[in-house]
Amino acid sequence: MKWYIAKRLLMLIPVLLGASVLAFALIHLAPGDPARTITGDRASPQAIAAIREKYGLDKPLPVQYWMWLKQVLRGDMGRSIVSNEYVTKEIMERFPNTVELTICAMLLAIAVGSIAGIISASKQYSALDYTTMGIALFGISMPVFWLGIMLMMIFGVFLRWLPISGRIDTLLPFTRITGFYILDSIITLNFRALISTIRYLILPSVALATIPMATVARVTRSSMLEVLRQDFIRTERAKGLSERLVIYRHAVRNAMIPVITVIGLNFGLLLAGAILTETVFSWPGIGRYVVKAVTIRDYPVVQGCVMFFAFIFVIVNLIADVLYVLIDPRIKYE
Amino acid sequence: MERKRESQVKELIRRLKYNKSALFGLVIILVLVFCALLANFISPNDPTPSPPDLANSLKPGFWGKDAAPGMPLGSDALGRCVLSRIIYGARVSLSVGFVAVGIAMALGILFGVIAGFFGGWVDSLIMRIVDIMFAFPALLLAIVIVAVIGQGLDKTMIAIGIVYTPQMARIIRSSVLYIKEMEYIEVQKAIGSSNARVIFRHVLPNSIAPVIVYGTLMLATAILDCAALGFLGLGAKPPTPEWGAMLSRSYSYIVSGAWWAATFPGIAILFSVLGLNLLGDGLRDILDPRLKT
Amino acid sequence: MKKVIIIVIAVVVVVAVALILFFTLRPKPVVVEQTLIFGSSGDAVRLDPADVTDGESIQRMDNIFEGLVEYKEGSTEIQPCLATSWETSADGKEITFSLRKGVKFHDGTDFNADAVIFSLARQYDTEHPHKQYGEWAYWGWMFYDVEKVVKIDDYKVKIVLSNVNASIMTSLAMFTVCIVSPTNAEKYKEDAFKNPVGTGPFKFVEWVKDDHITLVANENYWRERPKLDKLIFKVIPDASARLMALEVGEVHGIEYPNPPDFDRIRANKDLKLLTEPGMNVGYMAINSGYGYKDGNENSKRDADEPLVKTIGYLEPLTKKKVRKALNHAIDKQSIIDNIYMGTASVAKNGMPPFMPGYNDDVKDYSYDPEKAKGLLAEAGYPDGFDVTLYVMPVSRPSMFDPPKIGEAIQSYLAAIGIKVNIYQVDWGTYLQETQDGKAQMCLLGWTGDNGDPDNFLNVLYGPNAGNIGLAGNYGFYMEEEGQDLLTRALQTYDVKKRAEYYRKFQDLIHEDACYVYLAHSNQNVAFRKNIEGYVLHPTSRKFFYPVSIK
Repeated sequence: MKWYIAKRLLMLIPVLLGASVLAFALIHLAPGDPARTITGDRASPQAIAAIREKYGLDKPLPVQYWMWLKQVLRGDMGRSIVSNEYVTKEIMERFPNTVELTICAMLLAIAVGSIAGIISASKQYSALDYTTMGIALFGISMPVFWLGIMLMMIFGVFLRWLPISGRIDTLLPFTRITGFYILDSIITLNFRALISTIRYLILPSVALATIPMATVARVTRSSMLEVLRQDFIRTERAKGLSERLVIYRHAVRNAMIPVITVIGLNFGLLLAGAILTETVFSWPGIGRYVVKAVTIRDYPVVQGCVMFFAFIFVIVNLIADVLYVLIDPRIKYE
Repeated sequence: MERKRESQVKELIRRLKYNKSALFGLVIILVLVFCALLANFISPNDPTPSPPDLANSLKPGFWGKDAAPGMPLGSDALGRCVLSRIIYGARVSLSVGFVAVGIAMALGILFGVIAGFFGGWVDSLIMRIVDIMFAFPALLLAIVIVAVIGQGLDKTMIAIGIVYTPQMARIIRSSVLYIKEMEYIEVQKAIGSSNARVIFRHVLPNSIAPVIVYGTLMLATAILDCAALGFLGLGAKPPTPEWGAMLSRSYSYIVSGAWWAATFPGIAILFSVLGLNLLGDGLRDILDPRLKT
Repeated sequence: MKKVIIIVIAVVVVVAVALILFFTLRPKPVVVEQTLIFGSSGDAVRLDPADVTDGESIQRMDNIFEGLVEYKEGSTEIQPCLATSWETSADGKEITFSLRKGVKFHDGTDFNADAVIFSLARQYDTEHPHKQYGEWAYWGWMFYDVEKVVKIDDYKVKIVLSNVNASIMTSLAMFTVCIVSPTNAEKYKEDAFKNPVGTGPFKFVEWVKDDHITLVANENYWRERPKLDKLIFKVIPDASARLMALEVGEVHGIEYPNPPDFDRIRANKDLKLLTEPGMNVGYMAINSGYGYKDGNENSKRDADEPLVKTIGYLEPLTKKKVRKALNHAIDKQSIIDNIYMGTASVAKNGMPPFMPGYNDDVKDYSYDPEKAKGLLAEAGYPDGFDVTLYVMPVSRPSMFDPPKIGEAIQSYLAAIGIKVNIYQVDWGTYLQETQDGKAQMCLLGWTGDNGDPDNFLNVLYGPNAGNIGLAGNYGFYMEEEGQDLLTRALQTYDVKKRAEYYRKFQDLIHEDACYVYLAHSNQNVAFRKNIEGYVLHPTSRKFFYPVSIK
């Protein structure tokens, strides 16, 4: 097992290196000059030349790549051309927001999804089953941004139950420690802030959770059905155990194995979905930030964010794979 | 051989008839295709009238008091008929979907077959490249590609096609690996058939099932991603009636009461994707029980 | 596996409890002090006044920093601020300022001549140790005539100009030349941009990226202390979301409300809408074909720099009749009524009507598609032609929702047989390509910096503006007669004579028709009813010093 993980980790190196080349090459191939974005429509040639020189934009691409790579290996992703702030700092200021949103969405998806799947499977072919699976089908077909807008429209504009954009009520006294608002408000025992934070989290999390929720429900159901058909369940039933006990004690534990993989895979996809959700809900996260950086050609930021995304993505996938191998004894690792 | 394939198709249709949800999906897709092909005849208005009817902008549809004449689903901010634009939008979405998936299939089959059939360092190289592309969230990669090649419907197709290629290549490769191990392929090789012959006569036709299944499901995500790009303002150019762009250009009017211009394109996206997902699921159940999740 | 179930149940319980809590315990905003939260459409970029040009950054900094002179409330006339008086030398090339005594920066540093020299010299002096810490993009644009700043004594400085420049005093009220604390800049060096320290009415407290920036009242302000205790700029990019936040009282004021929502704001008795004509113009430029290459990169057209074809050269557009046809084909009034929703006025000249020298005698091209078709036929294009129109990806203060306006223009021109291909790129590339002369037609706008007509007409159409590569004259109007008028106007001190030159120029450029002037947008902000004392400024800058909460 150790060897398997070590091997997988080693294999990440060429992948991440390749990803860095790709990230660098793509954004530099894109037409457009960040110097112009900064100077706007009041540009003087001196100012443009000075900016280009300062950020090394006047050097050949391979040289720029090499300079950047050396920097990154030292843990420094450079400074944003637009804001002049360290890219690492820019990312770290926004990343907790994205993670908090993603984790909330994931928990929601797992809780609702797996329960729906289990209920559906235990009442196969019932009206309940059909309804749940019908909803799940709509769920996986949902354009996230549209759902987000509809949620805003219904709960924010018409009913006015929930706030539609931002992180927390600005007027509340609030101390930022970790950047995770729920955690911070618990640490500081700030009950009002906690409630406010959660209120602001609801709509974006629901929008973001929809697709994984539906996926989890579908996978849980089909894997439950498969387990319920197996011999040992029949034996349990024959032993006269109640149906409920059979399902909850035995079937569920076995059925959750494939669900875990799906959750792992979806976690990466959630990060991607965050791009759209954050845009809709004005969430100050990293997804919205990277889209903005691409459109203004803030090279160091795009490179940094894309690499960061790639890193998280491969690590999460690796963890999911490893978990799968650990949990399911039937899978051999090479 | 020919007859056998014909009977396979018949069998497919027969089994599809019993799969109600797949059938429902098929119906949605057929409606979509119908709209796309006959948009000129069935849409009540010109989706891009000239000169623009600005005086009729943001009028409600049949439910409203101040309804725009002849526009059942109301009008958008430029006074254009929302229904007509949705109908024409089917054409846009379907063509983006088909072309993008077509590109992904062509490239995916090429690389997948090469990797799976020849193995060795070629396989390793291709699979590492696939791994690298998999390290990026698909939408992010598509956004960056669009930044490089520029905006437009054709560019959207290319970007989505490229982003989906690694997935297709992986599917093809594993299917090729599976078939390669089968006895009759061994026999073919033993009797000295050329590589090309083995690939085109035996390996490819036998990989068709997963390609169709995943192609259909991919079509669904392609339509979603196309709309997402449109929503982010990186998709088709105006005045193309693209659903995602229609939505993103209209949702700021919801607060002022004009909810229809953003709501209906979303429903159109939802149902097309739903239809393709239903059909894809159904096909998967029928064609390839192995793939069932 | 039991654990999984427990976790699942726990999560469900938490979610349920949480849900119950929200609907029972919706927290009410607590206001202990006079706190004003302003909903901005974007985050600041940097908080160094000399290092940015974007409205969002300036909006924050106008409340932290001050310059030698400032605008009078709601106008572009200047009055003393950190300088108490000034004198101009006989040749007009030296201005001596007496500085205000007893002013302290927020960090306790004394304001004096050294601070003034530091703030300006770091922008123009290539040897200055702080030159490297910023891009100073604006300096070269507005202050190229400043040769140096000289200290006379601790409270007297002299600005030395290389050329006579009549608009320099109004320019000195701009944010670029605000005075920063030299000790603070020394302390933070390249990070000074996120630790702003000025002399203004508010002190910087914190900046949470993409979320908010908090300022508090400067207790030691040299004028009366501001009435507000706290001023928070909250970022809400979406206009609808901003309005929602205003309606529920999460914020007390918002910028750029969506024109379709105006009726809703007016109907709400808790809100008020402040509207005033903006100092801007939004237009479609038609590339008339020729510009010049600035070979020696001095941003000036020298004698050895002849006219050359631009990349966006398109035969039909070089014909005046075609350009006039385009002017006649677009229904500006309808665009203003239905896309701007009335929050703009029809433009017929390149600057707003309240500017000195505005020519009201110019008769605007009427909306007349038949006449347009006729003109096209006369020019030899009865069947129209294909043309590419650059459409800005972003709303600007000078143009609301360019993509919609672009689409409207596209379909107006289709009606006279011209097929418009819309081209959209990111804002940086957009500027680059239009400045390079690549656009055949483009949508753009201009917002005045200082209230001088020169800042509209000369910077956009003057002899140096048709520079392929850094053009401000996107329509490449290169008629010498008109350009001479602009140069003469710049060198004229007589106000009446100057206005006369500008009026004549507007006649000429109208006749040339290489610009379709669309609209002068109003500037709009909405506040809650209990917010008092806010005054709109023509340049859209936002000063919260006089504001109070009732």
